[in-house]
Amino acid sequence: MSSNTKTANTAKAESAESSGMNFLETAQRKVFATYLPLGAFLFVLLFPFYWMGITAFKPNNELLSRDGNPFWIISPTLAHVKKLLFETAYPEWMWNTVLVSVTATFFSLTASVLAAYAIERLRFSGAKQVGLAIFLAYLVPPSILFIPLASVVFQLGLFDTRLALILTYPTFLIPFCTWLLMGYFRTIPFELEECALIDGASRWQILTKIVLPLAVPGLISAGIFAFTLSWNEFIYALTFVSSSELKTLPVGVVTELVEGDVYHWGSLMAGALFGSLPVAFIYSFFVEHYVSGMTGSVKE
Amino acid sequence: MFDKLQNSRNALGLIFMLPGAILLVLFLTYPLGLGVWLGFTDAKVGRPGEWVGFENYIFLATDSVTQLALFNTLFYTTVASVLKFFLGLWLALLLNRNLRFKSFFRAVILLPYIVPTALSAIAFWWLFDAQFSVISWVLVKMGIIDTYIDFLGSPWNARFSVIAANVWRGVPFVAITLLAGLQTISPSYYEASAIDGATPWQQFRYVTLPLLTPIIAVVMTFSVLFTFTDFQLIYVITRGGPLNATHLMATLSFQRAISGGALGEGAAISIAMVPFLLAAIMFSYFGLQRRVWQQGGGDK
Repeated sequence: MSSNTKTANTAKAESAESSGMNFLETAQRKVFATYLPLGAFLFVLLFPFYWMGITAFKPNNELLSRDGNPFWIISPTLAHVKKLLFETAYPEWMWNTVLVSVTATFFSLTASVLAAYAIERLRFSGAKQVGLAIFLAYLVPPSILFIPLASVVFQLGLFDTRLALILTYPTFLIPFCTWLLMGYFRTIPFELEECALIDGASRWQILTKIVLPLAVPGLISAGIFAFTLSWNEFIYALTFVSSSELKTLPVGVVTELVEGDVYHWGSLMAGALFGSLPVAFIYSFFVEHYVSGMTGSVKE
Repeated sequence: MFDKLQNSRNALGLIFMLPGAILLVLFLTYPLGLGVWLGFTDAKVGRPGEWVGFENYIFLATDSVTQLALFNTLFYTTVASVLKFFLGLWLALLLNRNLRFKSFFRAVILLPYIVPTALSAIAFWWLFDAQFSVISWVLVKMGIIDTYIDFLGSPWNARFSVIAANVWRGVPFVAITLLAGLQTISPSYYEASAIDGATPWQQFRYVTLPLLTPIIAVVMTFSVLFTFTDFQLIYVITRGGPLNATHLMATLSFQRAISGGALGEGAAISIAMVPFLLAAIMFSYFGLQRRVWQQGGGDK
């Protein structure tokens, strides 16, 4: 991570300079070689969101007609949103998702801070091996773990409870956050801790009063990332929870809004849109933290 | 006693590791072992299984649906990863140019990656609808096709449709992480090579690519890992249909173990993914990482 934060800073400085040879490029060439393909990428990447939005407010007769311009709405309607809010358990799914994501993130972050500090700074014997094990745990995909995990959840009597999700989400959150925070802790100078030790501070005081305040950007990165990962989680929530009122939002929308062969595209898209907005909203405030978390998790 | 604890790195390290370690051992390590065990039993939901040796694996090796799922998974992973790599690299190179609103572009491009996959998959399901697909509508209006495309109705159409959705979701991740790698390359290399008369292609081939190789290796390893174990997109868009043409190992194991109740068989499918997964990781990691020493990077 040390290299990562450094690159973020130097990259900014460099990108201003790196235009060095670019003045040779003509304006026309730039439009064709850069802005045109970039525009195409943007269009393809963003079109599904536009489509979600426009379908959510389009009346059924316009949705199910092949005439007219499908890219616009003639008479917008709130019927789909109303159906979603009052005729389905959508608000409950939203609440479950918030509850599960926030608690799972909080527990994982706490456990990860302690673990990362122990591995990176206490350097207990075997710390290196434990660090490697954490990285390997990060590589275990949920889709090969969910079957035996379902049987564990069942044995513990947690099947069909929110607690099952709160306890299983840390299996992918803790390895990720620990790995990320280890990188952050590495950037904090040892000397600060040594000074504090000489002044008689305990390890706990060092962690809470010196290391954590300095690692706030790392904590935000890890927290935001962990929150999005739990919000987006699907396979565990699909497997471990079966009653409608306990489902999380992605699972609820996918399993409960489809009735037989009748697809209520309007309310499905409204459900997808409002389920995506909270993460998109949080993300918009912490873009830099999110990007540094994502690239930091891949580097080193 | 307390002071002694304060000063013992090992004791304190153990205490700090405890919360994370308990969760990971109980919900990650133990289920992983349990999964291997379940694969050798005939366990059903609600009934502990008995040891049956390699019976599950022998059955799966001759089961035509499993064979098809294996083929689909390999095809899906290969095609999607290759596309994600080239499109992601292209997008990263575009973003690395001297652009206006660069940070805005970067922020917006990540949106497909951060919203819940299950929800954007529903949007793709609607975009691929056989009767009301807007893609067909545009192509018909442009006079390219006469009848609406049955995106999800025939095996090969369905395979390429889900691959398109996967690429849509994965390109931002590849592009943004490669962009972070590109920004670490010092602009003086480009200036020096430009003065020596290198063409843009030569600059890309002999400066950018070699310096980017280590990060490409890591990014593609992650990309392959997540594509191979993909579950959500398939489960939401096609549920493995038509005629099992899009069933991946992960969706098949879910169908057999959770929907069908054959825990042992499902676990065997999951475990059967592991060797392929390791091979894919080895291939993309070592295959690309090999060049590090050639650049004088030395061993990691």
